[in-house]
Amino acid sequence: MSAVLSTHGLVARYGDFQALYGVDAEVAAGEAVALIGANGAGKSTFLRAIMGLLPVASEMVRLNGAPVGGTAPERMVAQGVAIVPEGRRLFTGMSVEDNLRVAMDQAARVGAKGGWTLERLHQLFPILKEKARIPVQSLSGGQQQMVAIGRALLCQPKVLLCDEISLGLAPKVIREIYAALPEIRAQGTAIVVVEQDVGLAKSATDRLYCMLEGRVTLTGRSAEITREQIGEAYFGAGHAVV
Amino acid sequence: MQWFDALIQGILLGGMYAQYALGMALMFGVMRIVNISHGDLVILLSLIGISMASAWGIGPITVMVALVPLAVLMGWVLQKAVLNRVVGSDPLPSLIATFGLSLALQNLMLQIWSANSRSLPGGGIESRSIEIGGIYIGLLPVIVLVVATGLTWGLDLMLKRTRFGRALRAAAADVEAAAMTGINPRQVYAVATAIAVGILGFAAVFQALRSTVAPADGGAQLIYAFEAVIIGGMGSVWGAFAGSMVLGIAQAIGFRIDPGFGVLAGHIVFLIVLATRPQGLFGKA
Repeated sequence: MSAVLSTHGLVARYGDFQALYGVDAEVAAGEAVALIGANGAGKSTFLRAIMGLLPVASEMVRLNGAPVGGTAPERMVAQGVAIVPEGRRLFTGMSVEDNLRVAMDQAARVGAKGGWTLERLHQLFPILKEKARIPVQSLSGGQQQMVAIGRALLCQPKVLLCDEISLGLAPKVIREIYAALPEIRAQGTAIVVVEQDVGLAKSATDRLYCMLEGRVTLTGRSAEITREQIGEAYFGAGHAVV
Repeated sequence: MQWFDALIQGILLGGMYAQYALGMALMFGVMRIVNISHGDLVILLSLIGISMASAWGIGPITVMVALVPLAVLMGWVLQKAVLNRVVGSDPLPSLIATFGLSLALQNLMLQIWSANSRSLPGGGIESRSIEIGGIYIGLLPVIVLVVATGLTWGLDLMLKRTRFGRALRAAAADVEAAAMTGINPRQVYAVATAIAVGILGFAAVFQALRSTVAPADGGAQLIYAFEAVIIGGMGSVWGAFAGSMVLGIAQAIGFRIDPGFGVLAGHIVFLIVLATRPQGLFGKA
């Protein structure tokens, strides 16, 4: 399979602090990969660097082979990379439907086509139809996460980046949200999920990358990687796994 | 009866302030920019309008038709050339830039128009009034209020209903998330400032009709706009409109108490609101 999105020696820094030390990763159309690792390992930074929210060299990120590193976020979206950001980052004060319409407006502006409509989204997450007119901040955490995913899908992405979409949610809600991933992939959309829950990451994805201190320490097929391998890659060699 | 008259005059005065305040509320709401040169832009547009009228012999409505597109263009250039470079989470760079712009504009206007006061001839409209039950209501202030209401209504509708309005509200709520949803913030900002300054095109014509203008007058207009926005509550156009009414009424009543007390009464109401309800009368806590 050829990669739709790939990184090549991706380096990123916040001022003097270097957060990524040459990360190579890729995802193919319709594939789901997980990015796991402890807090501060650089997972969110990796997604932010891809989105153009951090300065990176253009060859470090490739979309369908073309160098796109450091492209402004709105142009990344126009080229087919959407993100469900950490902490959801919904547009407070606007209704659920208006939050979604913002993405639809912009997709229409750049002529992006991908088959996601409000109706299809309502089939995927029926609660969003029911709550369409409600201000987004009065929704529960899980419902807000559905809006955030819906907003990203309505950007008509070829690659969907999901940053900690299970964080702080009840297990039942997490299952509901992860149950939507197969349908998104069926569309041919590649998915990258940053996930703290290793079991969930393994079961929901084809491949995974484990990061430690800004480097990829382990990669392989999700079904084949053992807990022991993950433990070693997660905490660094020499740490006992409980 | 005297106080009822003051109330009516205050509301009419509020209409003028609303025309100043709308653009300021829009710019602050979207970009967190307090545009110090806001009042100077009104005066600059007024003086351009006055020069147009005397050079080409055109009436105030024609001046307005010419001035509003010019104001829109000025706002767009202002954002693209200056404000987009200084907008950000830190409010200080934009404050300093617009303060500098304010000084530069004042001196530019002095150079071109000298310090003399001028006004726009309105063909008698500025002195016409109608009597209703013993209260004289000026025709011009009524037109100003009607236009202010129309502008507020139109701006509110645009924010709520249009594609651009949604993009603007999204950028105001979370600019980075807006960019991650495909919005180009700098483009949205440029259009927002174009609209904000465009509204000043209307205000400039009315300001030049109802009183005289001189290059140094911008500061007072800035203060009234700022006070109206703070009283009403940041980030809401109807809040800015209501704040303008409160400010206008406070000044008109203060003026009845003592002619020297009018402007001060407005400042006192502003300070009371700031001390007791800093989010503004109609703002959310």
